[in-house]
Amino acid sequence: MVKHFFSETDIKSSWDQVVSAFWQRYPNPFSKHVLTEDVIHREVTPENKLITRRLLTKTNRLPRWAEKIFPSNLSRSVFIIEDSIVDPKSKTFTTFTWNINHRRLMVRKMFFGMNSETHAWTRVQREAWISFCGIRDYFFFVMIQEFGLARFKSNQAKAMKGLEYTLANLQGIEGPSRTLKDTAKEATEKAKETALAATEKAKNLATAAAPQKSSHFV
Amino acid sequence: MNSVGEGCTELKREYDHCFNRWFAEKFLKGDRSGDPCSEMFKKYQQCVQQAIKDKDIPVDGIEFMGPNKEKPES
Repeated sequence: MVKHFFSETDIKSSWDQVVSAFWQRYPNPFSKHVLTEDVIHREVTPENKLITRRLLTKTNRLPRWAEKIFPSNLSRSVFIIEDSIVDPKSKTFTTFTWNINHRRLMVRKMFFGMNSETHAWTRVQREAWISFCGIRDYFFFVMIQEFGLARFKSNQAKAMKGLEYTLANLQGIEGPSRTLKDTAKEATEKAKETALAATEKAKNLATAAAPQKSSHFV
Repeated sequence: MNSVGEGCTELKREYDHCFNRWFAEKFLKGDRSGDPCSEMFKKYQQCVQQAIKDKDIPVDGIEFMGPNKEKPES
C-alpha cells in the first residue's frame, strides 16, 4: 500500500536556466528547514551525462502525537540523499530524493524537461510516494501518511518558490508571478538572516576573544 | 550553504563557485574540454568524506537512484 502524489507545472524560464538554478537554490527564504548541503559524488559519464549525489541535512519535524508514540524515530535532523542525472543532449534532468535515517521511505522524484510547445519554458513533473517494510513500519506509515503528504505538498510549494526565487536572482529580474508583498516579505527574511548571521559572528568573535581577555588578567 | 562538516564549508564554497560556472558555461553548451574544478573537488571531498565518517552518516552501499527500482505502479 503506497500513497502517491503527482503534479505537473511549467516554469517560465529556459531549461538551461532552471537546471543551473537547481544547484544554487539553497539557501533561499523558503528553505529554512535545510541545514547543510554537500556534493558527495559527481562524474560525467562517457555519454556526457552528469550524475550527482548530494547529501542534505534537514530539520525533522513530526507532529507532537507521533513524537510521543515513536520516540525511537526522533532525531533533531534527518539526512537526505538527492541523486540526479542531467542529460544536456535531450535536455532532461531527473532527481530522486529520499531520507536515510530509518527504513520508512518518503521518495520524491522531480523531472525537468523542455516544454514541448514552448521551448522557452520548462516542464516540471513532481511525484512522491511512501513505501515501507515490516509491520512496525506499516503502522507508522498508516499514522503518518496524511501528515507526510500534507507536509510534502507544502514543502513542494516552498521548493518551487525557492527555485523561482533563485532563478529571479540569477537572471537579475523579478519573477513573473511575484507580488510586491512577496518581495517585501523576502526582504524582511533576508534582513533577519543577515541579523542572525551577524549575531553568530559576534558570538564567535566574543568566544575567540575571551581567552585573550582572561590572559590579560593573569 | 553550509557543509555537513563544519570545517569544509569554505572548500565547498570554492568548489560550488567553480562548478556553477563550468556547468552553465561549458557543460550545458557541450564543451568537454576538461574539468577545471577537479582539484577543488578532491580537496573538498577529503574533508566532507571524513566528516561523514566522524558523524556516522549511513551513506555507504546506497544504490544510485535506488528508489527508482522500487517505484510502485500508480
